[in-house]
Amino acid sequence: MKTIEQTTEEILTLAATHFKVPRAGLQASDDFYKKLGIDSLQALELLTRLENHFGVELPDYEVQGVSDFSTLASRIQSRL
Amino acid sequence: MGMLDLTKYESLGAALRDALARWPDEVCLIEADREREKSRLTYRQFQEAAEPLAATLQDSGFAAGDRAAIIMTNQPKWLISAYAVFFSGGVVVPLDYKLSAAEHLQLLAHSKAQVLCVEYPLWRAITQSPSFQEHQLRKVLVTEAPPNADLASAQRWEDFHADRAPEFRPRLRIDMACIVYSSGTGGHPRGCVLTHENYLEQCGAVSPVFPFCPGSRYLSIIPTNHAIDFMGGFIMPFTGGGAVIHLRTLRPEFIREAFTRYKVTYMAVVPLILKNLQRGLKERFAALPAGKRRVLDLLIALNRACTKQQPRLGLSRILLKDIHKAFGGELRALLVGGAFTEPTLMEFFHDLGIPIYNGYGCTEACTAITLNDLKPFRPETVGRPVRGMEIRIITPDADGVGEVAVRSKTVMSGYLDEPELTAETLVDGWLMTGDLGRVNAEGHLQLFGRKKNMIVTAEGKNIYPEDIENTYEGIAVKEFCIFAANYVWPQRTMTGEQLLLVIRPEPGHVVDYALRAEISRRNGLLLNYKRISGYIVWDQDFPRNAAMKIRRAVLAEEIGKHLDRSAMVSL
Repeated sequence: MKTIEQTTEEILTLAATHFKVPRAGLQASDDFYKKLGIDSLQALELLTRLENHFGVELPDYEVQGVSDFSTLASRIQSRL
Repeated sequence: MGMLDLTKYESLGAALRDALARWPDEVCLIEADREREKSRLTYRQFQEAAEPLAATLQDSGFAAGDRAAIIMTNQPKWLISAYAVFFSGGVVVPLDYKLSAAEHLQLLAHSKAQVLCVEYPLWRAITQSPSFQEHQLRKVLVTEAPPNADLASAQRWEDFHADRAPEFRPRLRIDMACIVYSSGTGGHPRGCVLTHENYLEQCGAVSPVFPFCPGSRYLSIIPTNHAIDFMGGFIMPFTGGGAVIHLRTLRPEFIREAFTRYKVTYMAVVPLILKNLQRGLKERFAALPAGKRRVLDLLIALNRACTKQQPRLGLSRILLKDIHKAFGGELRALLVGGAFTEPTLMEFFHDLGIPIYNGYGCTEACTAITLNDLKPFRPETVGRPVRGMEIRIITPDADGVGEVAVRSKTVMSGYLDEPELTAETLVDGWLMTGDLGRVNAEGHLQLFGRKKNMIVTAEGKNIYPEDIENTYEGIAVKEFCIFAANYVWPQRTMTGEQLLLVIRPEPGHVVDYALRAEISRRNGLLLNYKRISGYIVWDQDFPRNAAMKIRRAVLAEEIGKHLDRSAMVSL
């Protein structure tokens, strides 16, 4: 079982790869809309990447209103 | 058998009842989740699902004219619930599932809904809200609840059984059919009261342009609580015998897949989704080898030349076969609405031979006011008035630009329990839209920004600045207020709209790091599309009326006169 720190770390790495930004520039507390300059549909695209990586399914409503990496990590963690 | 002749009906309930009887064996609803298909219903099965629900509602004392709210994502049970309410003579209150639980409770109270049909996760959030105890709901039906879930006082939507047939309750055209909230919450929720006549007239005006018949398929992406999807993804397809496809996820890749899997005929999108589709196509084009790319560019140029005067779908499907295949190959119209769409974005699709229709409308007018006819393609306009719609430009300036006012049988009867707002908006039978426009020589409407203090996001959300002010309540300033930046500095554009916080600091104080940080923190509490883009500092007291309310128009004008847009500090 992964720890929440590991989950968060993997999310940050995947987000950096997916949106082609340096991993070092991302932190768990970051607002991903602002930091990555993405819209809500791009956020959903990221979510699919994360689902495939972690092997979980997250309904769209679970991430409604979520805008920072650490909350996203806890939502994923709870389904691992 | 063609579309129903809506002129002979008095209510949505009566028209839909006939529709169900007319095409019993045609598919009306398909529900897909990712790559799985969850369910498929014929019109007969739809009726079999709705009637026991109607009987349950009626047994619980739900009377003609009573109100039932629906808070669900786009799915079959949304439409089944709505039909059961209309069948029982009730009023549907569609609420935006993306609102917070507190906002849901506020609108449930405002609409005086007695019944609620709601999805389980949304209901769970509502019951956890501090103001939950005060609700006035008589019956709550919860869909998809897990087997051992605690539903509080609610019942399972799937559990109802009825031992008798429900009674059909006729309504008149002038009766209320829906209360649709065109914008949020805040002090004055704008609940548009729409009558059966409004919907029947609108459907009758728009259906000939986008005709549905058995075999037509509409992909439903825009939330069904939105006027566009309610019309395009429910009333229009049903009264024509078409099918509606619901997706349980709005991930762009599954939307793309749905096109090909279900060979979609029509789809309505907001500009944000269109931009996403464009990005996907551009990435595919960029990945092509140079030779193939040159051929594609030539074909696009050829298609553009051939479709200048009007769409030639058959030809475009041959010229740009792969692209049309990616859209399922049977797409007849992609409708873009809900917010202003940039002409270049529309041109991109038009050049590919994808028939892209824009228009202009608002919930207050029951959706569409104008529609573009593509003969020829004029992306710089929002098209001609739909049948039965009159447009007037109020006090036009030298360029012919003034406030757009409209009159039609589709215009709402008013905002629920808001007589002042209604009196400002409906003047002598004309709906004052608050948008600035001009009708050109060909009779097409062009829009040039807004007169009112609001913005519309690319997701089609109307945001009134007053509604988000409470988020900043208590910040360490003397006073503050929020404006649409274009309201302070009028610009002849509908794009790039931003919200602006105006700060009047305490005397002798400046905006320091701590205050900035606090503003940023509060801003972060808002959903991303409701956030302010920046602030300005104003060094005079705000003008106020006798009731101490800020005189916003006066303040905006003063700021506009003395400060430049560049004074705005980004957050």
